[in-house]
Amino acid sequence: MKAKHQRLILIVLALIALIGAGLLASYALRNQASYFYLPEQMAENPPEPGQAVRLGGMVEPGSLEKQADGITVTFAVTGRENSRIPVRFAGILPDLFVEGSGVVAEGRLDAGGTFVADNLLAKHDENYVPRELEGMSEHQAAEMAKETTVGLE
Amino acid sequence: MHGFANPKRFLSLAQWLTPLLLASGLIVTAVALFWGVTSVPPDRLMGETVRILFIHVPTAWLGMGGWSAIAISSLVFLVWRHPLAAIAARAAAVPGLVFTIICLATGSIWGRPTWGTWWVWDGRLTSMLVLAFLYLAYIALAQAAEREGVSARIPAIFGLLGAVNIPIINRSVVWWNSLHQPPSITMGKSAIDAVFLQPLLLAVLGFSLIFGGVVLARMRALLADIQAEARLRRRALEAD
Repeated sequence: MKAKHQRLILIVLALIALIGAGLLASYALRNQASYFYLPEQMAENPPEPGQAVRLGGMVEPGSLEKQADGITVTFAVTGRENSRIPVRFAGILPDLFVEGSGVVAEGRLDAGGTFVADNLLAKHDENYVPRELEGMSEHQAAEMAKETTVGLE
Repeated sequence: MHGFANPKRFLSLAQWLTPLLLASGLIVTAVALFWGVTSVPPDRLMGETVRILFIHVPTAWLGMGGWSAIAISSLVFLVWRHPLAAIAARAAAVPGLVFTIICLATGSIWGRPTWGTWWVWDGRLTSMLVLAFLYLAYIALAQAAEREGVSARIPAIFGLLGAVNIPIINRSVVWWNSLHQPPSITMGKSAIDAVFLQPLLLAVLGFSLIFGGVVLARMRALLADIQAEARLRRRALEAD
């Protein structure tokens, strides 16, 4: 066997071992490295009341309510499965905070199972849709896109 | 392929390819950014801030692409001992670092109005910051190896080690709950409307051409450095 083939095999084996180690470490870290808990993860494994955690998920459509004091809002966060956690927050809502969209709340669970948030972050999803195409059917949107791009080509 | 590993043949090729790549890259990038800034409608939620996409995404891809180039060149250098491969790896480090920093900065500027924060320590943002630090360490190591006359194998091994971070950056938003959105563009599918996707792909092409041009220009400069050094050394010996 030539020396360069030996080097190639050695390096490839070392790389496979290294990537395997990286993957195992990432897998072992999957709970610790997550930025927030989903509602189902929080329901399954509830943190101590008062412990600072982050809760993330969808703002349940129809659940957003403004309280009588004018600055407190309540809403529910839902996850991938049929789970929901009620959230209470007093403060300024981010611009992108809307029902049916993603949110990450920083705060703690109270004794009654309500999540009291100190801070809200809006989470954007992977979809990029121009404003005028929202809520249109595929066909309408295609027609509209054709119209708006006339003269660009 | 082996033919271009000859520095002389490489230089004659790079001499006309460098200005060609740089000029075409600047033109394509200017067209893509002008298109993205003036003719694209606002996003349904993000509004005008969506336009930062046309810089953020190409620089993010090339930041990762730069390290992939370092890793592949390092492998070629370690196995086949081509000196040109070590030079290619060194040449890709600075543009890779610059693009990674642009990606982090534009992402932060986008994050403030969209998420409501400049920075969070989630998986994607943290692993991208680690990539910037890896670039810094690689550049320092490669320079030190050259100055101290240590084997170029040490930065090459570091280049291969650091490649572990690339799949971690790519998968970070899939493995871990993160504030950064999951990938919009996956194998043959895109969650980005065509109105945004077309200028984005053009910007990716333009930035890639600039990246290639800068790497070639830096390779030529590094080769010229080595030649000048060798000539000076020869003169000094003759003078003795």
